[in-house]
Amino acid sequence: MSQRKAPEVTEQDHVQGSATAEVTLIEYGDFECPFCGAAYPILKRVRERLGDKLRFVFRNFPISESHRHAAHAAEAAESVADRGGPAAFWAMHDLLFEHQSALDDASLARYATRAGVDGELVLEDLREERYSERVNQSFLGGARSGVNGTPTLFIDGIRYDGPRDEEALVEALQAFHTRLPS
Amino acid sequence: MSQQSVLQAGTRAPEFSLPATPDRRVSLADFRGRPVVLAFYPADWSPVCGDQMTLYSALRPEFERFGAEVLGISVDGPWCHVAFADARNLKVTLLSDFEPKGEVARQYGVYNAQEGTTERALFVIDGDGVIRWSYVSPPALNPGADGILEALEQLTQPEAAAARSRS
Repeated sequence: MSQRKAPEVTEQDHVQGSATAEVTLIEYGDFECPFCGAAYPILKRVRERLGDKLRFVFRNFPISESHRHAAHAAEAAESVADRGGPAAFWAMHDLLFEHQSALDDASLARYATRAGVDGELVLEDLREERYSERVNQSFLGGARSGVNGTPTLFIDGIRYDGPRDEEALVEALQAFHTRLPS
Repeated sequence: MSQQSVLQAGTRAPEFSLPATPDRRVSLADFRGRPVVLAFYPADWSPVCGDQMTLYSALRPEFERFGAEVLGISVDGPWCHVAFADARNLKVTLLSDFEPKGEVARQYGVYNAQEGTTERALFVIDGDGVIRWSYVSPPALNPGADGILEALEQLTQPEAAAARSRS
Protein backbone atom coordinates (compact mmCIF):
# COMPACT_ATOMS: atom_id res chain seq x y z
CA MET A 1 0.00 0.00 0.00
CA SER A 2 1.90 3.05 -1.13
CA GLN A 3 -0.47 5.22 -3.13
CA ARG A 4 -1.43 7.35 -0.14
CA LYS A 5 0.17 10.73 0.34
CA ALA A 6 1.90 11.92 3.47
CA PRO A 7 -0.01 14.57 5.43
CA GLU A 8 0.63 18.10 4.16
CA VAL A 9 3.46 20.09 5.70
CA THR A 10 2.06 22.39 8.40
CA GLU A 11 3.34 24.90 10.94
CA GLN A 12 3.62 22.03 13.43
CA ASP A 13 6.34 20.47 11.28
CA HIS A 14 10.08 20.71 11.68
CA VAL A 15 11.22 22.17 8.39
CA GLN A 16 14.57 23.09 6.87
CA GLY A 17 14.33 25.12 3.70
CA SER A 18 11.71 27.26 2.09
CA ALA A 19 8.10 26.46 1.25
CA THR A 20 8.93 27.62 -2.29
CA ALA A 21 11.69 25.00 -2.70
CA GLU A 22 11.35 22.86 -5.79
CA VAL A 23 11.00 19.57 -3.98
CA THR A 24 10.05 18.43 -0.46
CA LEU A 25 11.59 15.42 1.28
CA ILE A 26 9.83 14.14 4.40
CA GLU A 27 11.56 11.66 6.69
CA TYR A 28 9.62 9.62 9.23
CA GLY A 29 12.33 8.59 11.65
CA ASP A 30 13.15 7.10 15.02
CA PHE A 31 16.14 8.59 16.85
CA GLU A 32 17.17 5.18 18.19
CA CYS A 33 16.77 3.25 14.92
CA PRO A 34 20.16 2.21 13.49
CA PHE A 35 18.88 2.50 9.91
CA CYS A 36 17.86 6.11 10.60
CA GLY A 37 21.26 6.68 12.15
CA ALA A 38 22.89 5.35 8.98
CA ALA A 39 20.66 7.56 6.82
CA TYR A 40 21.39 10.69 8.86
CA PRO A 41 24.80 11.65 7.36
CA ILE A 42 23.56 10.71 3.88
CA LEU A 43 20.49 12.94 4.17
CA LYS A 44 22.69 15.71 5.49
CA ARG A 45 24.91 15.55 2.41
CA VAL A 46 21.87 15.39 0.13
CA ARG A 47 20.56 18.56 1.79
CA GLU A 48 23.89 20.29 1.30
CA ARG A 49 24.05 19.30 -2.34
CA LEU A 50 20.54 20.40 -3.24
CA GLY A 51 20.70 23.58 -1.16
CA ASP A 52 17.67 25.82 -1.46
CA LYS A 53 16.09 23.57 -4.08
CA LEU A 54 15.15 21.22 -1.25
CA ARG A 55 12.79 21.52 1.69
CA PHE A 56 13.44 18.84 4.33
CA VAL A 57 10.91 17.82 6.96
CA PHE A 58 11.53 15.47 9.90
CA ARG A 59 8.59 13.70 11.57
CA ASN A 60 8.76 11.43 14.59
CA PHE A 61 7.93 7.76 14.17
CA PRO A 62 9.34 6.11 17.31
CA ILE A 63 8.94 2.33 17.41
CA SER A 64 9.03 1.84 21.17
CA GLU A 65 8.65 -1.94 20.91
CA SER A 66 12.10 -2.09 19.34
CA HIS A 67 13.76 0.94 20.92
CA ARG A 68 13.08 1.70 24.54
CA HIS A 69 14.45 5.24 24.44
CA ALA A 70 12.81 6.21 21.16
CA ALA A 71 9.61 7.72 22.54
CA HIS A 72 11.41 9.93 25.07
CA ALA A 73 13.96 10.99 22.47
CA ALA A 74 11.12 12.06 20.18
CA GLU A 75 9.32 13.89 22.99
CA ALA A 76 12.53 15.61 24.06
CA ALA A 77 13.06 16.82 20.48
CA GLU A 78 9.52 18.25 20.45
CA SER A 79 10.08 19.91 23.80
CA VAL A 80 13.32 21.49 22.56
CA ALA A 81 11.52 22.71 19.43
CA ASP A 82 8.80 24.42 21.47
CA ARG A 83 11.18 25.90 23.99
CA GLY A 84 14.08 26.81 21.70
CA GLY A 85 12.65 27.18 18.22
CA PRO A 86 13.64 25.54 14.91
CA ALA A 87 17.41 26.04 15.27
CA ALA A 88 17.37 24.30 18.65
CA PHE A 89 15.26 21.47 17.23
CA TRP A 90 17.72 20.80 14.40
CA ALA A 91 20.67 20.95 16.79
CA MET A 92 18.86 18.40 18.98
CA HIS A 93 17.99 16.26 15.94
CA ASP A 94 21.69 16.13 14.99
CA LEU A 95 22.86 15.44 18.55
CA LEU A 96 20.40 12.55 18.94
CA PHE A 97 21.46 10.89 15.70
CA GLU A 98 25.12 11.42 16.57
CA HIS A 99 24.68 9.78 20.00
CA GLN A 100 22.31 6.92 19.34
CA SER A 101 23.99 4.68 21.88
CA ALA A 102 23.30 7.09 24.77
CA LEU A 103 19.66 8.17 24.76
CA ASP A 104 18.69 7.74 28.40
CA ASP A 105 16.83 10.66 30.00
CA ALA A 106 19.95 12.19 31.58
CA SER A 107 21.67 12.19 28.20
CA LEU A 108 18.59 13.70 26.54
CA ALA A 109 18.70 16.55 29.08
CA ARG A 110 22.39 17.08 28.33
CA TYR A 111 21.78 17.28 24.56
CA ALA A 112 18.88 19.68 25.15
CA THR A 113 21.20 21.94 27.12
CA ARG A 114 23.75 21.82 24.31
CA ALA A 115 20.95 22.70 21.88
CA GLY A 116 20.28 25.80 23.98
CA VAL A 117 17.33 24.74 26.12
CA ASP A 118 17.26 24.10 29.87
CA GLY A 119 17.60 20.33 30.19
CA GLU A 120 15.71 20.30 33.49
CA LEU A 121 12.64 21.74 31.79
CA VAL A 122 12.85 19.08 29.09
CA LEU A 123 13.00 16.38 31.77
CA GLU A 124 9.93 17.89 33.38
CA ASP A 125 8.14 17.78 30.00
CA LEU A 126 9.04 14.09 29.72
CA ARG A 127 7.78 13.34 33.24
CA GLU A 128 4.53 15.18 32.60
CA GLU A 129 4.21 13.53 29.14
CA ARG A 130 3.51 16.95 27.64
CA TYR A 131 4.57 15.89 24.15
CA SER A 132 3.49 12.26 24.06
CA GLU A 133 0.22 13.06 22.27
CA ARG A 134 1.97 15.15 19.60
CA VAL A 135 4.45 12.33 18.98
CA ASN A 136 1.61 9.82 18.90
CA GLN A 137 -0.26 11.90 16.31
CA SER A 138 2.87 12.06 14.17
CA PHE A 139 3.18 8.28 14.45
CA LEU A 140 -0.45 7.67 13.51
CA GLY A 141 -0.34 10.16 10.64
CA GLY A 142 2.65 8.27 9.30
CA ALA A 143 1.04 4.86 9.75
CA ARG A 144 -2.08 6.03 7.92
CA SER A 145 0.03 7.24 5.00
CA GLY A 146 1.95 4.01 4.57
CA VAL A 147 4.99 4.43 6.81
CA ASN A 148 5.99 0.79 7.30
CA GLY A 149 9.23 1.14 9.24
CA THR A 150 12.01 3.62 9.73
CA PRO A 151 13.26 5.54 8.00
CA THR A 152 10.43 6.03 5.51
CA LEU A 153 10.90 8.84 3.01
CA PHE A 154 8.29 10.75 1.02
CA ILE A 155 9.22 12.90 -1.99
CA ASP A 156 6.57 15.55 -2.63
CA GLY A 157 4.21 13.48 -0.52
CA ILE A 158 4.74 10.18 -2.38
CA ARG A 159 6.44 7.31 -0.56
CA TYR A 160 9.92 6.64 -1.89
CA ASP A 161 10.92 2.97 -1.73
CA GLY A 162 14.10 3.22 -3.82
CA PRO A 163 17.73 2.98 -2.72
CA ARG A 164 18.87 5.37 0.01
CA ASP A 165 22.44 6.08 -1.01
CA GLU A 166 23.42 9.68 -1.67
CA GLU A 167 23.52 9.50 -5.48
CA ALA A 168 20.22 7.67 -5.78
CA LEU A 169 18.49 10.14 -3.48
CA VAL A 170 19.86 13.21 -5.25
CA GLU A 171 18.79 11.70 -8.56
CA ALA A 172 15.31 10.85 -7.29
CA LEU A 173 14.82 14.31 -5.82
CA GLN A 174 16.03 16.03 -8.99
CA ALA A 175 13.87 13.78 -11.17
CA PHE A 176 10.92 14.91 -9.12
CA HIS A 177 11.49 18.61 -9.47
CA THR A 178 12.27 18.51 -13.19
CA ARG A 179 8.88 16.91 -13.66
CA LEU A 180 7.16 19.94 -12.20
CA PRO A 181 5.59 22.36 -14.67
CA SER A 182 7.99 25.26 -15.18
CA MET B 1 2.37 -15.77 -7.32
CA SER B 2 0.85 -19.21 -7.68
CA GLN B 3 -2.36 -19.92 -9.54
CA GLN B 4 -4.52 -20.07 -6.42
CA SER B 5 -6.93 -17.20 -6.08
CA VAL B 6 -6.77 -14.90 -3.11
CA LEU B 7 -10.08 -14.68 -1.24
CA GLN B 8 -11.71 -11.35 -1.96
CA ALA B 9 -14.05 -8.95 -0.16
CA GLY B 10 -17.53 -10.39 0.26
CA THR B 11 -16.30 -13.98 0.76
CA ARG B 12 -16.99 -15.80 4.02
CA ALA B 13 -13.70 -16.18 5.88
CA PRO B 14 -12.72 -19.85 6.26
CA GLU B 15 -12.81 -20.93 9.90
CA PHE B 16 -9.61 -22.13 11.54
CA SER B 17 -8.14 -23.10 14.86
CA LEU B 18 -4.37 -22.72 15.24
CA PRO B 19 -1.84 -22.81 18.08
CA ALA B 20 -0.90 -19.39 19.46
CA THR B 21 1.50 -20.92 22.00
CA PRO B 22 2.50 -24.52 22.67
CA ASP B 23 -0.55 -24.90 24.95
CA ARG B 24 -3.15 -22.44 23.64
CA ARG B 25 -5.20 -22.52 20.45
CA VAL B 26 -7.04 -19.59 18.88
CA SER B 27 -10.04 -19.87 16.55
CA LEU B 28 -11.40 -17.27 14.20
CA ALA B 29 -14.84 -17.84 15.79
CA ASP B 30 -13.43 -16.64 19.16
CA PHE B 31 -13.66 -13.09 17.82
CA ARG B 32 -17.18 -13.13 16.40
CA GLY B 33 -18.75 -9.71 16.84
CA ARG B 34 -15.41 -7.90 16.41
CA PRO B 35 -13.27 -7.14 13.37
CA VAL B 36 -10.25 -9.38 12.89
CA VAL B 37 -7.12 -8.54 10.93
CA LEU B 38 -5.29 -11.57 9.55
CA ALA B 39 -1.72 -10.75 8.62
CA PHE B 40 -0.04 -13.65 6.84
CA TYR B 41 3.73 -13.14 6.70
CA PRO B 42 6.48 -15.34 5.27
CA ALA B 43 8.63 -15.93 8.33
CA ASP B 44 9.62 -14.89 11.84
CA TRP B 45 12.97 -13.09 12.24
CA SER B 46 12.84 -10.73 9.27
CA PRO B 47 15.04 -7.59 9.54
CA VAL B 48 14.45 -5.54 12.66
CA CYS B 49 13.27 -2.01 11.99
CA GLY B 50 11.13 -2.69 8.95
CA ASP B 51 9.38 -5.52 10.68
CA GLN B 52 5.66 -5.73 10.04
CA MET B 53 4.67 -7.39 13.32
CA THR B 54 6.63 -4.78 15.28
CA LEU B 55 4.70 -2.04 13.52
CA TYR B 56 1.39 -3.73 14.29
CA SER B 57 2.41 -4.11 17.92
CA ALA B 58 3.17 -0.42 18.11
CA LEU B 59 -0.22 0.32 16.56
CA ARG B 60 -2.12 -1.91 18.94
CA PRO B 61 -3.89 0.99 20.72
CA GLU B 62 -5.14 2.20 17.34
CA PHE B 63 -6.43 -1.26 16.40
CA GLU B 64 -8.13 -1.45 19.81
CA ARG B 65 -9.88 1.81 19.06
CA PHE B 66 -11.64 -0.06 16.26
CA GLY B 67 -12.27 -3.04 18.58
CA ALA B 68 -10.12 -5.12 16.23
CA GLU B 69 -7.90 -8.10 16.99
CA VAL B 70 -4.73 -8.56 14.93
CA LEU B 71 -3.56 -12.11 14.29
CA GLY B 72 -0.20 -12.69 12.64
CA ILE B 73 0.07 -16.06 10.83
CA SER B 74 3.13 -17.82 9.47
CA VAL B 75 4.25 -21.42 9.02
CA ASP B 76 6.72 -21.12 11.90
CA GLY B 77 6.08 -23.39 14.87
CA PRO B 78 4.67 -22.12 18.17
CA TRP B 79 8.02 -22.31 20.03
CA CYS B 80 9.58 -20.23 17.28
CA HIS B 81 6.78 -17.66 17.63
CA VAL B 82 7.29 -17.52 21.40
CA ALA B 83 11.00 -16.78 20.97
CA PHE B 84 10.34 -14.26 18.21
CA ALA B 85 7.62 -12.41 20.14
CA ASP B 86 9.81 -12.34 23.23
CA ALA B 87 12.88 -11.06 21.39
CA ARG B 88 10.97 -8.31 19.58
CA ASN B 89 8.65 -7.42 22.45
CA LEU B 90 5.62 -8.14 20.24
CA LYS B 91 2.11 -7.65 21.55
CA VAL B 92 0.15 -9.18 18.68
CA THR B 93 -1.00 -12.80 18.72
CA LEU B 94 1.07 -14.99 16.39
CA LEU B 95 -0.49 -18.20 15.06
CA SER B 96 1.31 -21.24 13.68
CA ASP B 97 0.03 -22.57 10.37
CA PHE B 98 2.50 -25.36 10.96
CA GLU B 99 0.68 -28.70 10.80
CA PRO B 100 -0.63 -29.48 8.25
CA LYS B 101 1.79 -26.92 6.93
CA GLY B 102 0.19 -23.86 5.38
CA GLU B 103 -3.31 -25.35 5.40
CA VAL B 104 -5.02 -22.14 6.50
CA ALA B 105 -2.97 -20.05 4.07
CA ARG B 106 -4.07 -22.38 1.26
CA GLN B 107 -7.72 -21.88 2.20
CA TYR B 108 -7.25 -18.12 1.96
CA GLY B 109 -5.38 -18.49 -1.34
CA VAL B 110 -2.09 -17.13 -0.03
CA TYR B 111 0.26 -20.12 0.21
CA ASN B 112 3.49 -19.94 -1.77
CA ALA B 113 4.33 -23.59 -2.50
CA GLN B 114 7.66 -22.74 -4.11
CA GLU B 115 8.97 -21.00 -1.01
CA GLY B 116 7.09 -23.18 1.44
CA THR B 117 5.78 -20.07 3.21
CA THR B 118 2.67 -17.96 3.16
CA GLU B 119 2.51 -14.88 0.97
CA ARG B 120 2.60 -11.49 2.68
CA ALA B 121 -1.15 -10.96 2.71
CA LEU B 122 -3.71 -9.01 4.71
CA PHE B 123 -7.39 -9.70 5.34
CA VAL B 124 -9.84 -7.59 7.29
CA ILE B 125 -12.80 -9.70 8.47
CA ASP B 126 -15.95 -8.19 9.94
CA GLY B 127 -17.75 -9.27 13.10
CA ASP B 128 -19.97 -11.64 11.09
CA GLY B 129 -16.97 -13.51 9.68
CA VAL B 130 -17.06 -11.99 6.19
CA ILE B 131 -13.90 -10.76 4.46
CA ARG B 132 -14.25 -7.03 3.83
CA TRP B 133 -10.81 -6.24 2.41
CA SER B 134 -7.78 -8.21 1.25
CA TYR B 135 -4.38 -7.32 -0.11
CA VAL B 136 -1.29 -9.27 -1.18
CA SER B 137 2.02 -7.44 -0.93
CA PRO B 138 5.30 -8.22 -2.71
CA PRO B 139 7.03 -10.64 -0.27
CA ALA B 140 9.96 -8.30 0.40
CA LEU B 141 7.81 -5.23 1.01
CA ASN B 142 6.24 -4.61 4.39
CA PRO B 143 2.71 -3.47 3.43
CA GLY B 144 2.44 -1.20 6.47
CA ALA B 145 -0.88 -0.53 8.16
CA ASP B 146 -2.51 2.16 6.03
CA GLY B 147 -4.77 -0.23 4.10
CA ILE B 148 -5.81 -2.05 7.27
CA LEU B 149 -6.64 1.16 9.13
CA GLU B 150 -8.67 2.47 6.22
CA ALA B 151 -10.61 -0.80 5.93
CA LEU B 152 -11.28 -0.85 9.68
CA GLU B 153 -12.47 2.73 9.58
CA GLN B 154 -14.84 2.01 6.71
CA LEU B 155 -16.12 -1.01 8.61
CA THR B 156 -16.67 0.56 11.99
CA GLN B 157 -16.90 4.31 11.32
CA PRO B 158 -18.19 4.71 7.75
CA GLU B 159 -19.08 8.37 8.31
CA ALA B 160 -15.55 9.25 9.45
CA ALA B 161 -14.10 7.32 6.49
CA ALA B 162 -16.34 9.22 4.05
CA ALA B 163 -15.37 12.54 5.60
CA ARG B 164 -11.70 11.63 5.32
CA SER B 165 -11.99 10.68 1.64
CA ARG B 166 -13.74 13.99 0.89
CA SER B 167 -11.05 16.07 2.55
